[in-house]
Amino acid sequence: MARAIFQEDRCKGCGLCTAACPTGIVVLDASRLNSKGFQPAIVTDKEKCNGCALCARMCPDLVIQVER
Amino acid sequence: MAKIVFTRPKSMKDVVTHYCPGCHHGIIHRLVGEALDELELAPKTIGVAPVGCSVFIYDYIDTDFIQASHGRAPAVATGVKRALPDKFVFTYQGDGDLAAIGTAEIIHAAARGENITVIFVNNAIYGMTGGQSAPTTLVGQSSTTTPKGRTSQNDGFPIQVCEMLNTLQGPSMISRVAVHTPAQVIRAKKAIRRAFQCQVEGRGFSFVEVLSACPTNWGMTPLDAGKWLENEMIPYYPVKDFRIPEGVQ
Repeated sequence: MARAIFQEDRCKGCGLCTAACPTGIVVLDASRLNSKGFQPAIVTDKEKCNGCALCARMCPDLVIQVER
Repeated sequence: MAKIVFTRPKSMKDVVTHYCPGCHHGIIHRLVGEALDELELAPKTIGVAPVGCSVFIYDYIDTDFIQASHGRAPAVATGVKRALPDKFVFTYQGDGDLAAIGTAEIIHAAARGENITVIFVNNAIYGMTGGQSAPTTLVGQSSTTTPKGRTSQNDGFPIQVCEMLNTLQGPSMISRVAVHTPAQVIRAKKAIRRAFQCQVEGRGFSFVEVLSACPTNWGMTPLDAGKWLENEMIPYYPVKDFRIPEGVQ
């Protein structure tokens, strides 16, 4: 199963990954802040991740590792 | 067993960058790191970083680096490459550096066809110093020094560096790319790798301009900055390959 692992405390909440995800399952979590004080990017529906890694390619902060 | 299909390049240090949220420098650093890994260049690489936000690349890419005076990276890189021709030498410069105070150095390094690679990050503004107008600021674009927008009558016209260098015989490769969408990132990666390959094969001066967003100083969200880059920058700075030597992958 494909999965994108987010190193959440490195996320700066820019949201570039959210626009890159073709399945629309990457969003910024408006309910909390990470240790840097940003709303971190999360995967809402892990089952739908196809491991394309487009989110990771758009991340300027190397937050995301993708396994497939 | 799951296989890792995307992770940090080995030639990049495992540290947090100082760049603002949504700054494209992080993406471009990673593409440089991936290309260094793939061509196995990191152990013999000497990078040259001049002044600007981009200078901190020396904190993030795990190779040797020299910091040059503002704009002088191509001149320093010339000296390094001529003294140590077996090393891989690249500069990483912003537009406030390369297209302003460093105009003479880039033109003459290109005209000489020095066997170095230049990564030119163009975000149409001075980032580090707080958003002043740069030689690449678009007509109509507002900045702290052109609060009502750049006018050609008062401020002249933005410099198209690739087009200018393309008048010279020296360069072996000149490309302009962008990194605001996944497709453009993949294209940018190919261009940077190709530029590195040009130097490895001794073909002479290779140059990649990367259009980049500066959401903080543009005063936009990172996603809006990507749209602005697409709609405003690319029409004036077309993304294309100006010159590619035959036979380079």
